[in-house]
Amino acid sequence: MNRIFASRLLPLMATGLVLVALFAAAGAGYENFLSARVVLNLFKDRAFLGVVAVGMTFVILSGGIDLSVGAVMAFTTVFLAKVIGTMGWSAPVAMLAAVGIGVGFGMFQGWVIHFFRIPAFLVTLAGMFLARGMAFVVSPRSVEIRSAFYDDLGERGVPLGEGLLLTVGPLVYLVVVAAGMVVAHGTRFGRNVYALGGNEASAALMGLPVGATRVGVYALCGGCAALGGVISTLALSSGDPTRGTGLELDAIAAAVIGGTVLTGGRGWVFGTFLGVLILGTIKTILDFDGSLDPAWLRIASGGLLLGFILLQKLIARQSVS
Amino acid sequence: MKVLRSTLVWPLVALVVLLVFNAVASPGFFHVEWKDGRLFGTVVDVFNQGARVPMLLALGMTLVIATGGVDLSVGSIMAVSGAVAAMQVNAGAPMVQAVGAGLGLATLLGLVNGLLIARVGLQPIIATLVMMVAGRGLAMLLTGSQMVPFANRSLTWLANGSVGGLPVPVVLVLGLAVVTGWVLRRTAAGLFIEATGDNEKASRLAGIQTGGVRLAVYGFSGFCAGLSGVLEAANISAADPARIGDTRELDAIFAVVAGGTALTGGRFSLAGSVVGALLLQTLTLTLYNQNVAPAVAPVPKAVVILAVCLLHSPRLRARFGKRTQPVAA
Repeated sequence: MNRIFASRLLPLMATGLVLVALFAAAGAGYENFLSARVVLNLFKDRAFLGVVAVGMTFVILSGGIDLSVGAVMAFTTVFLAKVIGTMGWSAPVAMLAAVGIGVGFGMFQGWVIHFFRIPAFLVTLAGMFLARGMAFVVSPRSVEIRSAFYDDLGERGVPLGEGLLLTVGPLVYLVVVAAGMVVAHGTRFGRNVYALGGNEASAALMGLPVGATRVGVYALCGGCAALGGVISTLALSSGDPTRGTGLELDAIAAAVIGGTVLTGGRGWVFGTFLGVLILGTIKTILDFDGSLDPAWLRIASGGLLLGFILLQKLIARQSVS
Repeated sequence: MKVLRSTLVWPLVALVVLLVFNAVASPGFFHVEWKDGRLFGTVVDVFNQGARVPMLLALGMTLVIATGGVDLSVGSIMAVSGAVAAMQVNAGAPMVQAVGAGLGLATLLGLVNGLLIARVGLQPIIATLVMMVAGRGLAMLLTGSQMVPFANRSLTWLANGSVGGLPVPVVLVLGLAVVTGWVLRRTAAGLFIEATGDNEKASRLAGIQTGGVRLAVYGFSGFCAGLSGVLEAANISAADPARIGDTRELDAIFAVVAGGTALTGGRFSLAGSVVGALLLQTLTLTLYNQNVAPAVAPVPKAVVILAVCLLHSPRLRARFGKRTQPVAA
């Protein structure tokens, strides 16, 4: 029993180990790397990715995939810039509306996937085209967001001492991760998601609401992608139709590095949290160094992703035999 | 109505509808003239641009999808091969060697995809996703993320020259399509590919080397992507590692799916994919002619691809009865 438990948590422990090792190596290699400010900046910088990755984790747990998240995020940022800047909506209403659009878009994708039995990657690929194109319809170029609400929100946060402030973006990120853990491990919906990803036929035979769960998962992911967009406008005070290109890959990579199995049914929201931090640390190291080619970020993420998938394969093979 | 059951009918109908629309909306669309020993005209452009990227990528993608897989890395592999070819000619290598190096590396990357899928047992979407990320990184690393301009007339000729009045890419790609189709249908190779996609386990038990089949189709897909990348670079006499092939994997999948090859694998139509690629290119050009911004163009493309998939979906087919069922092969 003990061994089974240990092997089940092995990917999560491996992820944690890699994170610690990366940080230790960076701390040894670069002066001032191991500081609260660096860690806080990492959280600020990657908050939007973290939120999107939580939604992606649920989709992957259910046995699906969502390639539209980056485009949905981009749409959200220009939508906010447009309705707040040009049309004069109040910022909180606009944010709620944006997240609502994300949820609705996700629901639609989930419905098409479930009802018409079209592969998820294809539907969300089309969704990606659609959302990215619509972002360019709303605004073909980057737009600045000028709003008192945004300025006000930028100054708020939880003081951490030493003049450090946990701003709204990373705060929302942490809340989303915590909420995601509760939903995944403590609610009926969460258990349905795991059951659906484990074996759809069994889930249906057990009388679980397969359709509603699938639609719900994509709605959740769409909502998270939109929320990621909101956070990104908070950090950058602008909307940009090109933002979030390739974000879907980072989100998938974060989930997989965190131990979520791509075939569905197994994984942890907390693992994704660690995965985002690993990707963020690599980026921080590249920023810190300055002499390394930024192309290494892609190669390193690709290599890490591959390494963790192979690790999962190895574990799966061992637990079968 | 046997004709209506052919998978080739719907993409052809869509293509004809688009062409008729263009003939009405933009006069001179079908105007073709002979100048300086070659054909010029909008229709020629559609063939030329369609051949250079979507058709070429769709050739490899068709076979990959027929085995039940998908190759998301073609865009990145294009960038790698374009960059390698450009750097080779800049280093003084002759055109053939430069193109050979680009194609060789591209094929190798495709084979790595195949190895990860056939031997290691990764899901195609994941293995090629890794290659998509790492391949783009490789292209940026090779070039230092800089555009690589070059001046080599024989390499530029590959994209802009003409053979017998036709643009070189058209001759090259249609030739490759015909040879590929001929080889696959005249030998058992096509059957092996379809069998692998239909039921891998049964095929293996029947003695088909399904691992080898998979390895080969991903290698071929890499090769096609490599050629496409070289042509893209040759077209503008420069290799842009960040831009070449960006989101082109979607175009390839679009062409294949629109051409009637089912994403579930087990059946393919190269002719369909060629028509699908022409359909895509005509759609792109139509949008351009109608002053739709290039960045917005993905929206109608997405709508079309979704509509095609809905037409293919089992649920709709069941509803409309047997008439739209494919003929049992």
